[in-house]
Amino acid sequence: MADVAQGERRQLAPPVNDAGAFGWLRKNLFSSWGNAITTIVLVGAIGWILARFIDWAVINAVWTAPTGQDCRGHGACWALIHEKYRYIFFGSFPYEQQWRPLLAVITMLAMLILSSDRRMWNARLLWIWGVGSFLTFLLMFGQIHISISLILFVALGAGGLGMLMRGGVGTPAEVNGWRALAAIGAVGLILRVTGVLPAWSLPIAPFDYVETHLWGGLPVTMILATYGLLFAFPYGILLALGRRSHLPLIKGLCVGFIELIRGVPLISLLIMASVMLPLFLPSGTTIDKFLRAQVAVILFAGAYIAEIIRGGLQSLPKGQFEAADAMGLNYFQKTTLIILPQALRVVIPPLINTFIGFFKDTSLVLIIGIFDFLNTANQALVDPNWAGFPGEVYLFAAFVYFCFCFSMSRYAKYLEVELNKGTRR
Amino acid sequence: MAVEALGTTQRAKVAPWNDPFIRGWVFQIVVVALVGLLAWFLVSNTIENLERQKIASGFNYLEREAGFEIGDSIIPYSPADTYARAILVGLLNTLKVAVLGIILATILGTMIGVGRLSPNWLLSKICEGYVEMFRNVPLLLWLFLIYKMISEAFPGPRQAINVLNSFFLSNRGLYFPVPMADPSHKWMGLAFLVGVVATFFVKRWAKRRQDATGLPFPTIKAAIGLIVGLPAVVWLLSGAPHHMSWPELKGFNFEGGTVIQPEFTALLVGLVLYTSAFVAEIVRSGILALHKGQTEAAMAIGLSRGQVMRLVLLPQALRIIVPPMTSQYLNITKNSSLAIAIGYPDLVAAVNVTINQTGQAIENILIIMAAYLSVSLSISAFMNWYNKRIALTER
Repeated sequence: MADVAQGERRQLAPPVNDAGAFGWLRKNLFSSWGNAITTIVLVGAIGWILARFIDWAVINAVWTAPTGQDCRGHGACWALIHEKYRYIFFGSFPYEQQWRPLLAVITMLAMLILSSDRRMWNARLLWIWGVGSFLTFLLMFGQIHISISLILFVALGAGGLGMLMRGGVGTPAEVNGWRALAAIGAVGLILRVTGVLPAWSLPIAPFDYVETHLWGGLPVTMILATYGLLFAFPYGILLALGRRSHLPLIKGLCVGFIELIRGVPLISLLIMASVMLPLFLPSGTTIDKFLRAQVAVILFAGAYIAEIIRGGLQSLPKGQFEAADAMGLNYFQKTTLIILPQALRVVIPPLINTFIGFFKDTSLVLIIGIFDFLNTANQALVDPNWAGFPGEVYLFAAFVYFCFCFSMSRYAKYLEVELNKGTRR
Repeated sequence: MAVEALGTTQRAKVAPWNDPFIRGWVFQIVVVALVGLLAWFLVSNTIENLERQKIASGFNYLEREAGFEIGDSIIPYSPADTYARAILVGLLNTLKVAVLGIILATILGTMIGVGRLSPNWLLSKICEGYVEMFRNVPLLLWLFLIYKMISEAFPGPRQAINVLNSFFLSNRGLYFPVPMADPSHKWMGLAFLVGVVATFFVKRWAKRRQDATGLPFPTIKAAIGLIVGLPAVVWLLSGAPHHMSWPELKGFNFEGGTVIQPEFTALLVGLVLYTSAFVAEIVRSGILALHKGQTEAAMAIGLSRGQVMRLVLLPQALRIIVPPMTSQYLNITKNSSLAIAIGYPDLVAAVNVTINQTGQAIENILIIMAAYLSVSLSISAFMNWYNKRIALTER
C-alpha cells in the first residue's frame, strides 16, 4: 500500500445520502435486513386489512335504506346510523324538542373549550361555568325553580368564603361587605327555618319540563363526567388536605375513605347507589335515579382526585409552608393563597387524564339503567328492523368517544409542555 | 441556674382558642361528631326502612339454596347449592379472569411498548396507533363490540367451524376434547408443583455459580425439562391413560369435551387489549426514562439488541415500571366486574342475582366490597414486596 503514489488513492464510493425521501426511507424502514423484512410484512398486512376495511366501510356500504333488510349482502350498513343518529345522540328526549340537548351539548363544549385557554384561567372561569351550567340545565330540564333557601344558602356560603379568604388581606370595607353578605344569608336562613319567611321560589320556565328519565345520549355522558368531576374536585381537595393533615382522626377518616373507594370497582358503587341509597334516606323521600348515579360518580371521582392532588401537595418544598406560616397567614389563607395555586398547577395534566378516564367510565351507568351515550347506541341495536349490524353502531360510538378522549389527551400533553416551560432549561 | 432555666422553659402563654393543639382537637372532635351524626342518621333510616319493608337482615341467607344456574365454574356447582357457594364460584371466576388478564396484558403490553421504541418507523407508528385506539374508547364498548362480533360473526352450533373433528368453533364458544378424569392427574399436578419448586432452586444455584465462576447455565432448558418433563414421566409411569372426552353435537349444542365460552373470551380479550395499551405506555416511559448511555454502553460491550433490552434496559426500567403497573393490575381486577354487562358470571354478577332474589342489598354489597378490597390489598402487598426486592440496593 505504501507504494501507491499520492493522488492515486482508491476512490471511495460517495456516502449514502441521508437527506431526502430516499434517505428517510433507508434510515427508518430499511436500516437492516430484519428491519426491511418487518417493513415489507407490515406493509403487506396493513394493505390487506385496509383494502378489506375500505371495501366494507366505503365501497360496498349502504348509506341510506328504508330497513335493515336492504343492507343484507352488502358492506357496512351506515343507513342504520342515518336512521338512528338522533336517538343515539339524544335518547328518548321528546323528538321535536331535541334542539335543546343539542344546544346543551354545544354549551358544555363551549365551556370546556373556553376553559382550556390559559388566558381564561382567572375569575372569568367562574362566570363561564356559572352561566354555562345554568344554561345547560335550563335547556335540559326546561324549567328551573330556584328556592329562596338556596339563594340564602349561596349568600351565606359566598360571604363566609369571602370572610375567610380576605380577612386580614382585603380592605376593611371589602371584608365588611363579605360579612354583611354572610349575615344576610345566615339571618335569612334562620327566618326561613322558623317559618317567618314564606316558602317562595323564583320560577324560570321558558320550555316544557323534561324529567331526567327521558334524558339520554351524549348530554347524559357529558353531564355525568363534567359535573361528576366538577363536584368531586373541591371534595377531592378536602380529602387530600385531610390525608396530609397532622390531626390523627382527620387523617384516619380520609385515608380510610380514599382507600375504601379506590379498592372497589365503580360498578359496586353504582349498584350500591341504586339499591342502597333509597334505604339510607328517610322513608318517603325518593331520589332521582340520574342523581343517584351522579352521586356515585362524584364519590368515586373524589377519591381518585384526592390522590392526584396529594401528589401535587407532596411536590411542594417545605419552605413554601414555612414561609406562609411566617407571614402570619391562617391555615385557610395559607392553603388557598400559597399552597393550592402551586400544587394544582402541577396536577392539571394528570387531572385531565383522570377526566378522560371518567368520561369513559360513565359508560358503566348503563348497568343501573341510565341511558348514556353507549346505552343509547346499544338500544339502537334492539330494533328488529335493523337487527344484525352491531359493528356499525359500535364503531360509530367508538369514533365519537375517540374524538373526545383523543383531543383531551393531546391537550393534556400540550399543557404539560406549556406549564413546564418555566422550570425547564 | 442556666440549666434550670432551660428545663423550665414554658410555651408562650396563648389564649385557649389560639392554641394550635387545642384548636386541632376541637376541630377533630367536631368533624368526627358530624361524621358520626351522619352515620347515625343513615343507619337509623336504614333500620327503619328495613323493618317497614320486612327485609330480613344478617347473613343467614348464605346457607339457603341459591336456585340459579351459573354458566361457567371451576368448582362443581349446581342450582341446589347454597348462595355462599354461588358467590364463591363468582369470586373464583373473577380471580380466573384477573390472573389470566394480568399475565396476558403484561406480555402484550410489554411487546407493544417495546415496539413503540423500535427503530422501524412503521412498526412504532402501528404500536402508537394501537395504544391510542384502545386507550381512548371505553372498555365497556370494546367488550360489547367483541362479544357481539363473536355471537354474530360465528356460525351456530350446527354449522360450527370444525377442525380435525375435535375443535368446534361456534357462537357457543370453542369446544375441544379434554382427557377423562383419571387418578393419575392428581400425581401429575403434584409433579408439576415439584418441578416449579425445583426450578426455583436450580435458578438460584445457577445464579450463584455464575456469580462465583462466570459459567452460564442453561436455566431455561432445565426449567422446561423439570416443569414439563416431571409430569410427563408420571403420566408414562401411571400407564399413559389416554381416554379423552370428545365434544359431540347433541340437539342444539355440544356435549362432552370442555368449552371456552364466548362471554369469557370477550371479557378476557377486551380486558387484555384495553389494559395492554396502558401497560405499553408505562413500559415505554420506563425505558425512555433511562439514560441513553445505558444502551450505548451495553452496545459497546458487544451485546445484541435483544440482550441489551433483556439484560440491561428492562431490569433497570422495571424499577420505574412496577408502581404504575401495580395500579394497572388493580384496574384489571376491578374492571373484570364489567363481566355483568355481557353476562359472564363473575362475583358482581353472582351477588347481583343474590340481591334480586333475597332483597338483602346491604349484606351482599358488603360481601362485594370485602372481596374486592382483600383481593386489591393482596395484589398491592405482593407488588410492594416485589418492588422492594428489585429496588436498587444502595450502599
